[in-house]
Amino acid sequence: MTGGGRESEGGEEEVRGARRIPGPRGAADDLDLASVPLPPLPPPGGSAPDEAVPEQSQPASASASGDAPESDAGEPEPDLGPGPAAEAWPEPGPCPEPEPGPEPEPADGHPHPAAPEPEPAAPAAEAWPEPGPGPEPADGTPEPPAPDPLVSSAPVVLPHQVLKALLGAWALSACSAEETAAVEDHLTGCAPCADEALRLRDAVGLLHTDGSLDLDPTLRTRVLDGCFGRRPARIPVPEWAAPYDAETARLDALLRDIGDSEWHAPVRLQWFEEERRVSRRTTVAGVIGHLMAVDGLLSAALGLDDPLDGGKAPLDPTERTETYWSATRRPPTRAVREPWRAQSHELIRTASFAGRNVAETSVSYGAFALPLQDAALDRAFECWVHGGDIADAVDYPYPAPSAAHLHRMIDLAARMLPAALAGRRSAGLAGPAKDLVAAGAPGRSLHLEIEGHGGGDWYIALDSPAAVGAPERAVAQVALDGVEFCRLVAGHISPVEAAAGQEGDREAIRDVLFAAASLSRL
Amino acid sequence: MAKDTAPRWDRRMQQRLARGEAAALGELYDRFAALVHSQAHRMLDDEDAADLVTREVFAQVWENPEAYDPKQGSMRSWVARLTHRRSVQRLRSAAASSYAAEHGEGAVPDPEELERRVRSATAAARADYIVSSMPVPLREALELAYIHRRDYRQTAADLGVTEDEARRRLRLGLQLLSTANARPLEGAAPPGYGRVR
Repeated sequence: MTGGGRESEGGEEEVRGARRIPGPRGAADDLDLASVPLPPLPPPGGSAPDEAVPEQSQPASASASGDAPESDAGEPEPDLGPGPAAEAWPEPGPCPEPEPGPEPEPADGHPHPAAPEPEPAAPAAEAWPEPGPGPEPADGTPEPPAPDPLVSSAPVVLPHQVLKALLGAWALSACSAEETAAVEDHLTGCAPCADEALRLRDAVGLLHTDGSLDLDPTLRTRVLDGCFGRRPARIPVPEWAAPYDAETARLDALLRDIGDSEWHAPVRLQWFEEERRVSRRTTVAGVIGHLMAVDGLLSAALGLDDPLDGGKAPLDPTERTETYWSATRRPPTRAVREPWRAQSHELIRTASFAGRNVAETSVSYGAFALPLQDAALDRAFECWVHGGDIADAVDYPYPAPSAAHLHRMIDLAARMLPAALAGRRSAGLAGPAKDLVAAGAPGRSLHLEIEGHGGGDWYIALDSPAAVGAPERAVAQVALDGVEFCRLVAGHISPVEAAAGQEGDREAIRDVLFAAASLSRL
Repeated sequence: MAKDTAPRWDRRMQQRLARGEAAALGELYDRFAALVHSQAHRMLDDEDAADLVTREVFAQVWENPEAYDPKQGSMRSWVARLTHRRSVQRLRSAAASSYAAEHGEGAVPDPEELERRVRSATAAARADYIVSSMPVPLREALELAYIHRRDYRQTAADLGVTEDEARRRLRLGLQLLSTANARPLEGAAPPGYGRVR
């Protein structure tokens, strides 16, 4: 097949709805940030607000203050630690610019001699005007003691400390009209506050709401291929693991972008069982748990830890999933992403080191088994299908896999069809075999013509898995779009609904379409 | 999770890249591609150029992972520096060629104007980096106030913190952000990105 995964899969990036400051989609690290329990921020008064307000034309001092809330978390994340700003590019050193010595603030020109900035911490706690349960001073109740001549003409009289603390909210136009007026009045007389106000207003100008572009999912392959063109990988990812690598990365990118609450969005998983469509409700997080539980079959085959209680867990994918779901007492949250991703990374890594030696290792699913290379393809398929389920639930776009990978997924289903047909036949669900041939000989076949993205021609042996599908023995033809065929195999559409061009033996067509649907499972 | 967050992850990643593990490069991409691409896009305002910078940055890391020095900071900040440098190069060459196209061959854009553009693009990209790296509580407060137009009292209620705390977070967040505008030392030297190792 052609394609090599380079098809442009347009229309992806523009749809994501939520406007955000683009920073948060910066890197996977953000997950780490988000899932770290909020650090205990210093209590409002206790941190001596003025300490947090160095006269910062200096990146270093600012980051030191930004650092403060995080340092309590016991999480030595360097991206937070030494201060994001200081770590940002231009200054490699931990403290690029020397502190300008003593705080210049209380010095010259300060219009509030009566309320000196209590820079050395401790007293500031008291100076912070938050008298317990008392109302915000700004609520229209004039502060009794604020005999500051400079602000006395303001509509609301607030002490310097209060006004200063309001500067951030003021710069963002996030305070009341009275407070805004009070702050602006104050700025005419207080040079340090005026300086800071200007700086913060400029900073607001750097925020923006657009530009939350999502990465083109095809970029990953292009970037990685470009790298390997320049320096070949000494330990490549085996070709058979490439679809799994790509699909888990794609799903992970989607998960990174969704909010906490979306992890609890309901998802209805559908498949085809006993000749009809069935479904089961879970959540986005529950789906990831399901993927992790079944991926664990591959981990076990590669000698890695099974995420489900080593060795004792059932092999059947549905039972594994139910075991996993019932073992988690609380509803799963986004915390499931980390172990799921760690497991898929570990699988890919281990497969890379083992390479060809493990491609044929048998992976048992209980009722059937697949060689590892097919099992990895099966898991890539499931990952895409459930990624689509999740994307639907949270209203995100989720295009099909690259053509090359889709082609291989279709191929796997096509190869599994003769055995599925035989199974259905022995259960009385498919018509009798009409022409048994010697093993390996061409038998009666159905021509499966898959159109479009990832498409191709397959010849499905109808009467026995031992026979070989062959064009010259085709008795029927079904033409179907690739993604549509996959939806059928995933149990997302019924065999009757599948919009297929059909020609030839009706019974053969019906049997193959139903067999395709029967490949689906939870 | 703590096990993989800190320098350990960075060092291990460096070793794996040096060893030529393709899977490591994939993991690196998964972690940093959005950062690199969005930063390049913010500086260059061009999707194709951002794609190109992304490819160059990852190629550079892949070809020479030894260049990363954990003592100089996190791998994330290193990758951000590489991205900045590449983006500045691209910004300069794009400006030069589009100017030449407009004003005839050999014409050179006003160096001051070019430096101004480089500086403002740098500040914008730095701001994004700062927002993405700042402690979550500060970022959340900024998002509520800036994007959702919540005042600080509503922000406090949304976050379940005191109004004092909400004001503090907004101010602190903006203070951090304002360092993006701080004229970097390198700004003094004509080739602005020269200092970045």
